[in-house]
Amino acid sequence: MRRDMTINLVIFGLLVATAIGAHLMGEGFTVTLATKAAIFGLAGVGLNLALGYGGLVSFGHAAFFGIGGYVTGIFASHAASGQPILTLPFTLAGSNEMLGIWPMAMVAAGLAALVIGALSLRTTGVYFIMVTLAFAQMLFYFAISWPRYGGEDGLSFYVRNTFPGLNTFDPIQYFAICATLLGLALLFTAVVTQSRFGLALQAARQNSQRTVAVGIRPYGIRLTAFVLSGMIVGLAGALYADLNRFVSPAMLSWHMSGEIMVFVILGGVGRLCGPVAGAAIFILLEHLLGGVSDYWQALLGLLLLAIVLFAPGGLIGIVTGSRRHA
Amino acid sequence: MNLKSVLMGGIAALALAVGAAEAEGVKVGMITTLSGGGAGLGVDTRDGFLLALKQAGDAGAAVELVIEDDQQKPDIAVQIADKMIQSDNVDVLTGIVWSNLAMAVVPAAVAQNRFYLSTNAAPSALAGAGCHPKYFSVSYQNDNLHEAAGAYASEAGIGKIFIMAPNYPAGQDSLAGFKRFFKGEVVNEVYTQVGQTDYAAEIAQIRASGADAVFFFLPGGMGIAFMKQYAESGVGLPLVGPAFSFSQDILPAVGDAALGVKNTAQWSKDLDNAANKAFVEGFQAEYGRLPSLYAAQAYDTANLLLSAMAKADVADADAFAGALNAAEFDSVRGKFRFGPNRHPIQDIYIREVVKEGDVLTNRIIGVAMTDRGDAYADQCQN
Amino acid sequence: MLLLAEQALNGLQYGMMLFLMAAGLTLVFGVMGLINLAHGSLYMIGAFACAAVAAATGSFWLGMAASLAAAAAAGAVVEMAVIRRLYARDHLDQVLATFALILFFSEGTRWVFGSFPLYLTLPSALSGAVTLPGGLQYPVFRLVIIAVGAAVALGLWLLITRTRLGIRIRAGEADREMIGALGVDIARLYTIVFALGAALAGLAGALVGSIQSVQVGMGEPVLILAFVVIVIGGIGSVKGALVGALLVGMTDTLGKALLPGLLATVMDPSSANTIGSALASMMIYILMAVILIARPQGLYGARA
Repeated sequence: MRRDMTINLVIFGLLVATAIGAHLMGEGFTVTLATKAAIFGLAGVGLNLALGYGGLVSFGHAAFFGIGGYVTGIFASHAASGQPILTLPFTLAGSNEMLGIWPMAMVAAGLAALVIGALSLRTTGVYFIMVTLAFAQMLFYFAISWPRYGGEDGLSFYVRNTFPGLNTFDPIQYFAICATLLGLALLFTAVVTQSRFGLALQAARQNSQRTVAVGIRPYGIRLTAFVLSGMIVGLAGALYADLNRFVSPAMLSWHMSGEIMVFVILGGVGRLCGPVAGAAIFILLEHLLGGVSDYWQALLGLLLLAIVLFAPGGLIGIVTGSRRHA
Repeated sequence: MNLKSVLMGGIAALALAVGAAEAEGVKVGMITTLSGGGAGLGVDTRDGFLLALKQAGDAGAAVELVIEDDQQKPDIAVQIADKMIQSDNVDVLTGIVWSNLAMAVVPAAVAQNRFYLSTNAAPSALAGAGCHPKYFSVSYQNDNLHEAAGAYASEAGIGKIFIMAPNYPAGQDSLAGFKRFFKGEVVNEVYTQVGQTDYAAEIAQIRASGADAVFFFLPGGMGIAFMKQYAESGVGLPLVGPAFSFSQDILPAVGDAALGVKNTAQWSKDLDNAANKAFVEGFQAEYGRLPSLYAAQAYDTANLLLSAMAKADVADADAFAGALNAAEFDSVRGKFRFGPNRHPIQDIYIREVVKEGDVLTNRIIGVAMTDRGDAYADQCQN
Repeated sequence: MLLLAEQALNGLQYGMMLFLMAAGLTLVFGVMGLINLAHGSLYMIGAFACAAVAAATGSFWLGMAASLAAAAAAGAVVEMAVIRRLYARDHLDQVLATFALILFFSEGTRWVFGSFPLYLTLPSALSGAVTLPGGLQYPVFRLVIIAVGAAVALGLWLLITRTRLGIRIRAGEADREMIGALGVDIARLYTIVFALGAALAGLAGALVGSIQSVQVGMGEPVLILAFVVIVIGGIGSVKGALVGALLVGMTDTLGKALLPGLLATVMDPSSANTIGSALASMMIYILMAVILIARPQGLYGARA
């Protein structure tokens, strides 16, 4: 337990140190990569709540990532054009303030997670994996063929949204925003998983029938976890949209769902900082291998394979020597 | 004249000399697709560009080229562009194959004072009100080949036509472009799914439509699948399309199903001019395969860049933009000039797929449009 | 009317095509409880092997044989080197490992065969169109796919119900420790089943590749569809895969054919077109969600 805590602090500290070090050396792009790791780590932390602690293997979390991204893109582009997003039933104007956009992104992703979760949680196992994938694919095809916000071309908004007192276009300042939110999400996860709700959620994963026997209905608890998970991933999507100043249906594709899942498994399922470590390593590998050969994805595949086969507890499992934490 | 002003003049002259010395080199960032299923187009883009630099000798060596793989993902392309602008400090960006990636990268790049020379993608949003003095399309405007297909179909006396494209912005632009110049009747207009591989349902609709011919825009694997299935179906109506489904990179995979199909392009390997001969022969000698449209466009882009470097310093953005705009280079297309929105004004040919020995390739059979600019030029105010 | 008949036939044919792909997937899942995302890679290997051998020898039939052999061999090797270590793991590890295999196989294939699509075409005996009773012209090859799909369905049914291997497969599905205790070599049985599933994928790749495009990444869109099919049908059930495949094939084909026209009666034609085709591309996922919400274990699945 204590060892895990130390590892969590080390991982988070390494990420921040990398970004600050790169900033001091004037390596703007490395700061951007660290920011990307923080954002993907945040998405992984969100998925981990459902997947690691709740045992809900969702193959459709790209849906929430993309919704968060599109909310950001839509608000920002309307703020630029000055036209309201909605006039009926109420007037909703665009906005370029992150503090206003984030709650919107989280609410939208949360609502989607509520609907998708309420329907999908009727199934279990592989069926759950595939039905969550089906919902994400629906949104993906919808986004591709809906011309209003760019369809497959996606939606550019050119200028990063603003945050009071900070210059968001400066890579290190934007990193600070993302890392802070990641830290808050980690704290939130730590608190939630130790709470009565979190313990019930983990109990439901380990033995659903026994949970029922002690008077807890797993459905409601799982649905709550799924919605919270979707909201965190939605926030990550909003941050990713701002990182690129661009959103596209690619954020909703099954590859994205797969990648978020890879971050979680790579780092170690059900471990607080596992997804952060997983995302950081994945991005590092992608960056380093890209310079080795045009066929770097084959090398990446082999490396991932080796990790699953020989380090079943993920990267953190190698360090702690245990298969699974939670 | 006192000492001080002499000194100042001397310093200014020195600064100019240093500036001129640096002007020899231009740093170019190429973002293109080098891995995954779409890698063929990116590989040809890169190879065409490199060939031009190599043939230019010392002038080509003055170009410092950074090449990165975008994996055909827009978010990766944006991040590479950020890196090239922030860390590599490139002067010019180029190489993007796909419109959706271009839409993600180009506006931000030119807003940060970099030149962007498009080797392929040229979406309508960047040709009209969204045009920019630092954005040049060396290929075409996306609608051009579809417009030419419409013009050709009218001229060939096709009365009723069935038109089809994938359901995404480039597909919608395609059908709009075709209809802009087609005078006959469009009997049915069908949007297919992006990435679709089976076209039985559409072929049945074609069979039942009573059309005289079919116009389709299905790039990459979609086109290969449609062509093969159409050839098997026994429908047999003539096909017309833009060059993308008949380009040298995929023609061998389509096979004899493509024979005789009319397609439109602004370039073909049998265009009779010295630059094109040097290009086609050089490409075959260097890489052992026939060049595609994408390779030709990238080759022209590199030569345009070299011509501008010979005339102006990239640090003087206005002069360099002027030198690019003059387009004084030997294009493999023969004649080439830029319109007011810095998109090409060029002839668009109608080609036919033929067999030369065992090799499927294209032959020019006529001119579909002469000195065609594009439909968006007059909306460009920048 | 003729059009509707043709579209129904197309739906049947598309369904059979999906069944070829889904049969191996559902077999592997049913027996070993393994989620194999790399099934699409085996499909791609079949197509590339067929194209390469057909190009070298000039014979489509040798290519077909090569596709079966190459996919089965690749399947057996992958099973022994990688998959075998995953049976005891949870679905998550299986997803990650087979996701890694996709990356490896896709880029590996591109490394061997280059970045450009390959040429693979039908032999003259299978190409062209025939006129069916009622005056409908229909491509021979699509009829062949329907026939091969039906033959594979029948063959699998016979294999599972009438042969010794089938008895072991069914026993393995029911209780793998027990049949191990009874002296069946489980490891060998699993390798055989996995290679059989791989060979079916390779066969599908070669057949479908000859009327589509043989290129890197060709397996991914069909993989997702094959998963949709087996989940609708109930995982592990070959009968379910057949029914699921036909349902998906019909829904997709008829949706594409009819929706834009139906919508055009209530709105203007061009938006009916775009909205109709958008809706058509979502149809099968809507179908899947509806079926799973009504029957969480799929149509023919054992109670999950």
